[in-house]
Amino acid sequence: MTPESECLLELASVGKHFGGVTALADVSLHIRRGEIYGLIGPNGAGKTTLFNVVTGLYQLDSGSFDFAGQRYTRCKPHLLAQAGIARTFQHIRLLANMSALENIMVGRHLRTRTGIWGALTRHAAARAEERDTVRRARELLEYVGIECAHQTLAKHLSYGEQRRLEIARALATEPKLLALDEPAAGMNATETVALKALLQKIRAGGITVLLIEHDVKLIMGLCDRVAVLDYGKKIAEGVPEEVRRDPAVIAAYLGGSGGGEA
Amino acid sequence: MRLHRSSSGRFAFAAVLLVLPFVIDALLGHGWVRIADFALLYIMLALGLNIVVGYAGLLDLGYIAFFAVGAYTYALLGSPQFGLHWPMWVVLPLGALIACGFGVLLGAPTLKLRGDYLAIVTLGFGEIIRIFLNNLNTPVNITNGPQGISAIDPLQIGSFSFGSSYEWLGFRVDDVHLHYYLFLAFTLLVIFVSRRLEDSRIGRAWVAIREDEVAASAMGINTRNIKLLAFAMGATFGGISGGLFAGFQGFVSPESFSLMESVMVLCMVVLGGMGNVGGVVLGGILLVVLPELFRNAAGPVQQALIGRVVLDPESLRMLMFGMALILVMLWRPAGLWPSTQRRREFAAEDSVLQQEQETVYDARK
Amino acid sequence: MEILLQQIINGLVQGSVYALVALGYTMVYGILGLINFAHGEVVMIGAMIAMTVLQALLTAALTPVLAVLLSLLAAMAVCMALGYSIERIAYRPLRNAPRLAPLITAIGVSIVLQNLAMMIWGREYHAFPLPFNSTSHQLGGAIVNDVQIAIVIIALLIMSTLMWLVHRTRMGRAMRAVSENPAAAALMGVDINRVISVTFMLGSALAAVAGFMVSANYGIVHYYMGFMLGLKAFTAAVLGGIGNLRGAMLGGVLLGLIESLGAGYIGDITGGFLGSNYQDVFAFFVLIAVLILRPSGLLGEKLAERA
Repeated sequence: MTPESECLLELASVGKHFGGVTALADVSLHIRRGEIYGLIGPNGAGKTTLFNVVTGLYQLDSGSFDFAGQRYTRCKPHLLAQAGIARTFQHIRLLANMSALENIMVGRHLRTRTGIWGALTRHAAARAEERDTVRRARELLEYVGIECAHQTLAKHLSYGEQRRLEIARALATEPKLLALDEPAAGMNATETVALKALLQKIRAGGITVLLIEHDVKLIMGLCDRVAVLDYGKKIAEGVPEEVRRDPAVIAAYLGGSGGGEA
Repeated sequence: MRLHRSSSGRFAFAAVLLVLPFVIDALLGHGWVRIADFALLYIMLALGLNIVVGYAGLLDLGYIAFFAVGAYTYALLGSPQFGLHWPMWVVLPLGALIACGFGVLLGAPTLKLRGDYLAIVTLGFGEIIRIFLNNLNTPVNITNGPQGISAIDPLQIGSFSFGSSYEWLGFRVDDVHLHYYLFLAFTLLVIFVSRRLEDSRIGRAWVAIREDEVAASAMGINTRNIKLLAFAMGATFGGISGGLFAGFQGFVSPESFSLMESVMVLCMVVLGGMGNVGGVVLGGILLVVLPELFRNAAGPVQQALIGRVVLDPESLRMLMFGMALILVMLWRPAGLWPSTQRRREFAAEDSVLQQEQETVYDARK
Repeated sequence: MEILLQQIINGLVQGSVYALVALGYTMVYGILGLINFAHGEVVMIGAMIAMTVLQALLTAALTPVLAVLLSLLAAMAVCMALGYSIERIAYRPLRNAPRLAPLITAIGVSIVLQNLAMMIWGREYHAFPLPFNSTSHQLGGAIVNDVQIAIVIIALLIMSTLMWLVHRTRMGRAMRAVSENPAAAALMGVDINRVISVTFMLGSALAAVAGFMVSANYGIVHYYMGFMLGLKAFTAAVLGGIGNLRGAMLGGVLLGLIESLGAGYIGDITGGFLGSNYQDVFAFFVLIAVLILRPSGLLGEKLAERA
């Protein structure tokens, strides 16, 4: 058991089934504050399921997880977002018909308070908050490097920009843990390099990052520690170099997806 | 409303709104001022539904039920039915509050349903309310059944009644004119509230839910509460306009709250342009005025063309109305005056996926 | 006991009609994801055509059996043409439009059909000229007549034919493919537009039969008859799980039973406070309850969150 101060997210024997299919079986792992933690595994290994469990989209069937000193077994997505877990989606889920700026402003929802009364009267506090929301949203656009696109509709952005916008939107919720589901998918080499730099910048800003990725090179070059899932089970965990040499991992990749990615 | 940005434009627009009932009266007669009053009521109603359907994207087919709740609250507390004559400033807010309560009551268990299921559940709710209003006359007479409640108190503030005529400086002002101003004030209030909400944290959350509920909840929006808020706001507006309706008509019966009425209000929202206050106002005006025009035209036009009235003018007018609905939707599927957002949504050609879909569909046309 | 049996019989008969109409809603929804609001009016038009043709043929001294068959065929033909046209005019141009646009045109079509019928056949109730004497039979204290028996049997026959059509024929396979994934089906060479047209025509043919049945059962036809019937049938389709054929049938029969049992016993249950005039409320209460407890309907699949 890692002390609370050091451990941010800890999964204890998490299990999840869909009908007869076991998507996650008895998965335990812990993520330390301030690290970039990678989650890899062949297709269908249960990575996205694990993601959906810790972000509240799925309810787990057994086990529990601790986040920032709080235990969760059943929880709604918005409460986990409140607690400090923000995510992006494997298939980008931006608010396609809102501008980039508006997307991030929606991300600020959680950390702002104006209700009906404030919206109607636009009293001083409400106006100040709205100004602050716009300012923060612009800052975040700049932070991820798409400040020129603030008036553009999300769906008109390029693929790489959409990925960045989704990250900016997640950052707007002021997360402790940023969970990214295959952020480099579909990116070209240049975009991937830029993404890597962005993630390092985010970590340097004190945010812990959980990363699912197919691009093993990116994972190995970026992550402090890596866990490998296969058929819903954790088969390895450790620093990238260790994991890379793990016979179980090599077997899983060679047997699983047939490629020598690891 | 966006059209009148400049202060002189605003001033002119306000002046037009103020003299409008007298202009209508002079040109078209009293009856049309009454129609204008109804148009304002329906605009209020449509703006309420616009919050639910246009902003939050929740399809509500039983919206008229909240109108009914407001109307019957007013009718029961301000008529000889129970011998109660509570003042308007108590009954109107009370009606709005009760309608809001009904909205929450209906919304709480059902808002997790997918769109089309929500539509049918709200439709069922609307029918349930109507059937109860129709039948709650036995064994205890509450609503007076299909006969409805009549002799409802006029809208009144202190001793000033909107249901009477007054002479000021030799200038005669009738009940239809007074109601016009009262309803105009309420409509402007509802417009103000809509616009303010639209451009706020809450309004953005509504649109986010409409666009992608999963993403919205992952960003920390409590989707259930925010949807419930939209439902409650819509119901409140419905309740207020219902109370005004009862006081204006002096008579309510279940017939005024049929599914067709819900559908009409929905048509106003969709036809005008969902999510855009200006569009909804336009839709409300058109759907009140058009059928009236057809009503007045259907008989005489036949008379003039073929010398006698062959077709029942009432059906003919509804027939034309139905065709107008179809044609307008085919011509402008996003509504006559869509919000910029909805317009973008419909400009689907920029989405590659959509384009592929279209080609697939069109291949055999 | 007799009352119970009688209400069950009535419920089954009414439920068979609901099921036939519900199938039309569910087939269209399954393929287009669209509530065909005008479907109830198609039922009404079917009934009107059947009545008019039957009247004419009987006046022309045709044998009753032939007259009934021909009028039913005429009603089916007209309704199929109507269903086809509705789809072509009001739905197809809006296939990529915002979701609510086709709903509004559907409402428009519904208004047009209703008022067209009012112009042609007037506002009055018409007697349905069924040329048989429907004998009543005693069945354990309850009464059931020939028409009612015929309704249930014909409904069963039609529904099994439909199931055969959808599950065993080429066209049926195409329909299922389109409802699963239109784009993929089209890429596999399925003519989507043809499949959709056929679906509308099939549903409308069923509606015509249902219209004939209702009118024969109650003996009257009216321009407004399609509205409530359509609403109930749609409710039945949702109850069973919309998009699911078996669900529509189950939902239809179940709704018929619930209504007739509810209407028969509501007085006893509420101690006379609510009477059988609340019959219509039942349908909706049950619907709301089912959807809250089982949001996808009785036989509906749990739809995964669509990305």
